[in-house]
Amino acid sequence: MADVTAPPLREFPVPPAIQPDAMAASQPYVATEKMQEAIGFPGKLVDDWHDKAISKMGELVGKYRSLRVYLDACVHCGACTDKCHYFLGTGDPKNMPVARQELMRGVYRRHFTLPGKLFPKLVGARELTRDVLDDWYKYYNQCSECRRCSVFCPYGIDTAEVTMAAKEILDSVGYGQKYTNEIIGKVHKIGNNLGLPGPALEDTLLGLEEDTKEETGADVKFPLDVKGAEVLLITPSADFFAEPHVDSLIGYAKVFHAAGISWTLSSHASEAGNFGLFIGNYEQMRAIAMRIREAALDLGVKRIVVGECGHAWRVAYSFWNTLAGIGSGADDPFARMLQSQLDHRYRQPTHICELTWDLVQKGALVLDKEANDHRVVTFHDSCNVARASRMGDDPGGQFEIPRALVRAVANRYVEMRPGTTHEATFCCGGGGGLLTDELLDLRVKGALPRMESLREVADRHGVNFMATICAICKAQFTKVLPYYGFNRSMVGGVHQLVSTAIRLGAKQ
Amino acid sequence: MATIFAGLFYLAAAVLVAGLAVRIRQYAGTPAPLKIPTTPAPTTKGGVALRLVREVVLFESLFKATLWTWLFGWVFHAALALVLVRHLRYFTEPVWSWVAFAQPFGVYAGFAMVAGLAGLWARRFLVDRVRYISTPSDHLMLALLVAIALSGLAMKYVAHTDVVAVKAFFLGLMRFEVRSLPADPLLAVHLGLVAALMLVFPFSKLLHAPGLFFSPGRNQADDPRERRHLAEWAARLDSK
Repeated sequence: MADVTAPPLREFPVPPAIQPDAMAASQPYVATEKMQEAIGFPGKLVDDWHDKAISKMGELVGKYRSLRVYLDACVHCGACTDKCHYFLGTGDPKNMPVARQELMRGVYRRHFTLPGKLFPKLVGARELTRDVLDDWYKYYNQCSECRRCSVFCPYGIDTAEVTMAAKEILDSVGYGQKYTNEIIGKVHKIGNNLGLPGPALEDTLLGLEEDTKEETGADVKFPLDVKGAEVLLITPSADFFAEPHVDSLIGYAKVFHAAGISWTLSSHASEAGNFGLFIGNYEQMRAIAMRIREAALDLGVKRIVVGECGHAWRVAYSFWNTLAGIGSGADDPFARMLQSQLDHRYRQPTHICELTWDLVQKGALVLDKEANDHRVVTFHDSCNVARASRMGDDPGGQFEIPRALVRAVANRYVEMRPGTTHEATFCCGGGGGLLTDELLDLRVKGALPRMESLREVADRHGVNFMATICAICKAQFTKVLPYYGFNRSMVGGVHQLVSTAIRLGAKQ
Repeated sequence: MATIFAGLFYLAAAVLVAGLAVRIRQYAGTPAPLKIPTTPAPTTKGGVALRLVREVVLFESLFKATLWTWLFGWVFHAALALVLVRHLRYFTEPVWSWVAFAQPFGVYAGFAMVAGLAGLWARRFLVDRVRYISTPSDHLMLALLVAIALSGLAMKYVAHTDVVAVKAFFLGLMRFEVRSLPADPLLAVHLGLVAALMLVFPFSKLLHAPGLFFSPGRNQADDPRERRHLAEWAARLDSK
């Protein structure tokens, strides 16, 4: 692995000077034949990859309006050039969103537009050579699909859409990424990203029940596969045993316990994450979402609640209704099959923060805010929650509800610098299927903008806890915080704070 | 010369209209299978319309991104709009009253347009990031627009052309009659470049104009939990 180095924190957040090819050596491991074939992609780079890739591009341009419009509309205005955390952390110009798009746009122009066919040099059109294909593999694997650039683009061009299309094309010619594709295989085979089989999950949950009993004296349950439960909780599998994720799972369980809501996990759908999103593959994304539909139908639940996970919440909130009919308002038989079973007095699906915040507002929970007084808390907005979803009834609820919840359970709360939170939040540096060790240098560098604003509030206000609602953010920060001189346990979930503050058994 | 320009403008107008129509049909006909508005997004169609109006009129997102680019870009586009309004007088008889009202502003807009373009062009040389992403066609497009603006201004301030005759020519074109055009080099340059702009419009990055209205990041309402959004090709998977 290449040396992992953290860039120095900048005193003033000015964009770095461009350093061509600074990250040209960064690339993730290529998926093995077995991993590729397990999910229906060619095992290795096919001989006619050029023609296959071009025809796949044509297919995608015909299937996705986003891709077609985004490839045409860019005017190279430069508004996005200083918005990507990977550019800010590396200075590599191909990490500027427009330049990243241009890797594909050049090929699109060459093959699908008149000027590109007639005057390729003039309009920056390029043939898809092996070098260009390799550049795709490198630099589309340096995009975390966080959509920060799309906020600032005058046409709303979303680089994530281009990155997803590129990964879809790469997969279709047998040039897939190991981390994401291996994990997708595990979900299909075992039911979750971590490959945790049912019996092991059951053991883990029993262990958590014992631990929680010891801590609180209350019989907090962690039910699995309980038919007829009211709520099906879909949560990232990291919540089952990774630190600090598990503390949030304990938090959810305490909330359900305190509110007297019957709930269950599912061994068939023991994963909220959906890496089909990261590789831009509709069929994969749908197949993974279908597991949740199947579990909900099988268990006969009335509500579906999603745990703390950023991209999972994007897929759940924005796509589940489309992919698997999980939601409201459908009149087709496929979706009605599930929707007639669900209780539409509740939002379907519901984010765990929405559920807990509703209970707090109703006064259904007893909270001891002082229990969190040893913490000075700030909140890191996760990219997919911030820019690709919502909570509550009003736009921006995805910012307000988690914050309201944090303030309800902790006395000491500080915001990070404006321009680094809410819709302008910086990605943790590990999203989009990049949370793999061989990309650690990229991940550390990509965390730079977030680390700068964290350093500011840590120095100025003594912030010692950064709350977030994403499994990837938690895992990424746990790993990269030490490179910037922070303690790795500074990061944790919102429901970890809830867990600390909630008092069980005190309510009549 | 009149005949050449008449032919050129018929061709340019046909290419512009047909080219844009084809593009717009293509955009409208391409499915958007997933809900991907950049959030926070409006939850209603009315809210979406308002968001698009803010983008078109104020360049809201660009304003959030970089003030300089917004300033130059907005000044250029607003000035261009005024200049276009001013030019309507060559195509209407009698001139519409609001077009007549805009005449004096349109002259200043000509200068503002050049200033905005100059600012945008300067960024392509001075900012290393923007220099990196600029292609020859980006420079050519700016050169084309600057040349159109300067040749237009020159006819107003340096070497007057017979605008009455020019108007007669265009009114004639609209009735499919070819009338004479002043044999004026500046006018020939101006009209030739405008025709060129019309010809390249449907094939170039100038497509950002219709593109904005079809951008799913901006034109979708945020209501995926309340309504099932399904593209035709995606719906077929449900019945498998």
